[in-house]
Amino acid sequence: MSLTAATRDQPAAATGGAPLVRVEDLTVRFTSRDAVIDAVNGVSFTLDAGEVLCILGESGSGKSVTLRAMMRLLPPRRTKIGGKISVGGKDILGLDEGALGDLRGGEVAMIFQEPMTSFDPVFTIGTQIMETVKRHDGLSDADARKRALELLEMVQIPSPVRRLENYPHEMSGGMRQRAMIALALSCRPRLLLADEPTTALDATVQIQILQLLHRIQRELGMAVLFVTHDVGVAVEISDRIAVMYAGRFVETGPLRDIVHTPQHPYTQGLLASTVHGGMRGKRLEAIPGSPVNLAAMPPGCAFAPRCRYAEPACTAAPPAETWIEPTRMVRCIRAAPHT
Amino acid sequence: MWYFVLRRLLYAVPILLGVSLVVFLLMQMVPGDIIDIMIPPEAPKEVADMIRIQFGLDQPVHIQYLRWLKAILSGDLGISIFTNQPVADELFSALLNTLKIAIPAAILGFTMGVMLGSLAAFYGGSWLDKLFSGIAIAGVSLPHYWVGMVLVAIFAVSFNVLPGQGMGPDGFPWTWEHIKHLILPVITLSLIPMGVISRLVRANVLEIRSMEFVSALQAKGLKGPRVLLHIMKNAAPSALALMGLQFGYLLGGSILVETVFNWPGSGSLLNLAIFRRDIPVLSATILVLATIFVIINILVDVLQALIDPRIRR
Repeated sequence: MSLTAATRDQPAAATGGAPLVRVEDLTVRFTSRDAVIDAVNGVSFTLDAGEVLCILGESGSGKSVTLRAMMRLLPPRRTKIGGKISVGGKDILGLDEGALGDLRGGEVAMIFQEPMTSFDPVFTIGTQIMETVKRHDGLSDADARKRALELLEMVQIPSPVRRLENYPHEMSGGMRQRAMIALALSCRPRLLLADEPTTALDATVQIQILQLLHRIQRELGMAVLFVTHDVGVAVEISDRIAVMYAGRFVETGPLRDIVHTPQHPYTQGLLASTVHGGMRGKRLEAIPGSPVNLAAMPPGCAFAPRCRYAEPACTAAPPAETWIEPTRMVRCIRAAPHT
Repeated sequence: MWYFVLRRLLYAVPILLGVSLVVFLLMQMVPGDIIDIMIPPEAPKEVADMIRIQFGLDQPVHIQYLRWLKAILSGDLGISIFTNQPVADELFSALLNTLKIAIPAAILGFTMGVMLGSLAAFYGGSWLDKLFSGIAIAGVSLPHYWVGMVLVAIFAVSFNVLPGQGMGPDGFPWTWEHIKHLILPVITLSLIPMGVISRLVRANVLEIRSMEFVSALQAKGLKGPRVLLHIMKNAAPSALALMGLQFGYLLGGSILVETVFNWPGSGSLLNLAIFRRDIPVLSATILVLATIFVIINILVDVLQALIDPRIRR
């Protein structure tokens, strides 16, 4: 059984040219005893099979919440998810528990930020991969073990046979994240959700993991929704970028366009505050102020209080989506729609 | 793993020596002279001196300790100065009697505790949580001898359905008559373990449930029972540690509960020995109980290490 060839047999036929993922006006609201927090306020996007979309934003911008909403991985009693999410034609928000369980880890898989805390510390890596394979593909113990071994080989973990018997604390951070990737890929997902998978790693390990992810993504033709706060990481892996601020996408577009001609003041600020080559002698710019308090959102553009171009009209109502090109959206009153 | 077990066993040696020393010193500090209890006050001084020599009490303290230790290590727990019977016999039968209620009480208390605690955690904040937590708090805070007396008043006195005193007829072929005598003391004894374990398990399960890896398990699509297995295995080591301690306490026998139910167990034996100033019985009982306590805790350590590999190092 070759994993690379075994991508779910769905290419053009199943999707019929339609995007694999379609999210429309997604909202996520957390209610606790003393506060109501609107973490996501109307996010819409589509994602094709084999495409990598990067959600870029500061902590608290709602990017991880958006990601978790994709497989309803938020505490159900305190969370209200609105809008529409469809993956491969399935209405995620309408699925019952059983169908949701089939989807999670099967068609849609997730890689977490902290590989140390996202493995159960008292089970071996092998067991944790095998239980997923057994759950979804109904394999026997022996077959599941064989599959787990292949997966560890695919993510280039040295001496994989021995590693299957390892507990998470017996591995290094990079090794654990490789194992986490193997686990996520174990049932050949069509959509991979990656929640800052390199943030907790050393810089040298980071780039290895990114390259590994990129290679596997291309080999398997997976769609990837990748969340990060690191512009450098986003540049490395994505086809398209969505910049998120205060629970909204403020700018979306192809990687190149976003990096070279950022339109939204927030995107400009993010890029200007990033260290890259050819900056020697220049002063690093920081975005003034701090991220908006989601429990007390301003009525207008959420970025207005920190924006150097802010004008009275900005605080009236949240700016609508403006398509400045067929592939580029900006939520700013200064943006001019294409004609 | 074997290395770990060996190390634990080696650690036990200094602990047990320390315990023996403390027990011995405590007995030395008991006010009054044992000889005065053993012989009538009007007996001549020569008799007292003779007894003193016979028991080795004329020797310096450290010689006395070493002699006592040597005797204990060779299995001789001494002779009761009150009954003149070997302490080992009395102690063995008392421990056996305590085991008869301690084991069922442990099983009852532990299972109830784990069930109530985990259910309370899984229904955190709901009325079920409040009910179970309330039961648990009542279990730890109500004085158990008082609960025992209330149970006796209700079931033995008012309704006369269960015996409230003693162990029933002698002998081992256990009949309904034997079991009837067990019910009230077992329930009374199980309250504290149930309460403390339930509180611990609840807090533990709540904490584990909020950990990232539980989200990761859900993200793998695992079904409820499988996720529960993961959570419980993570909660097990600390619960086991507490169970070990609680079982140790149960084996020590509750002086109060055994008094209420007139149960001739190790608690009663300790109580009697204290009142009779029966130093050999007292010191042997404490030492044996402490040894059992240490052994149980070694077993718990090994079990914990089997469950959670991080402990092995």
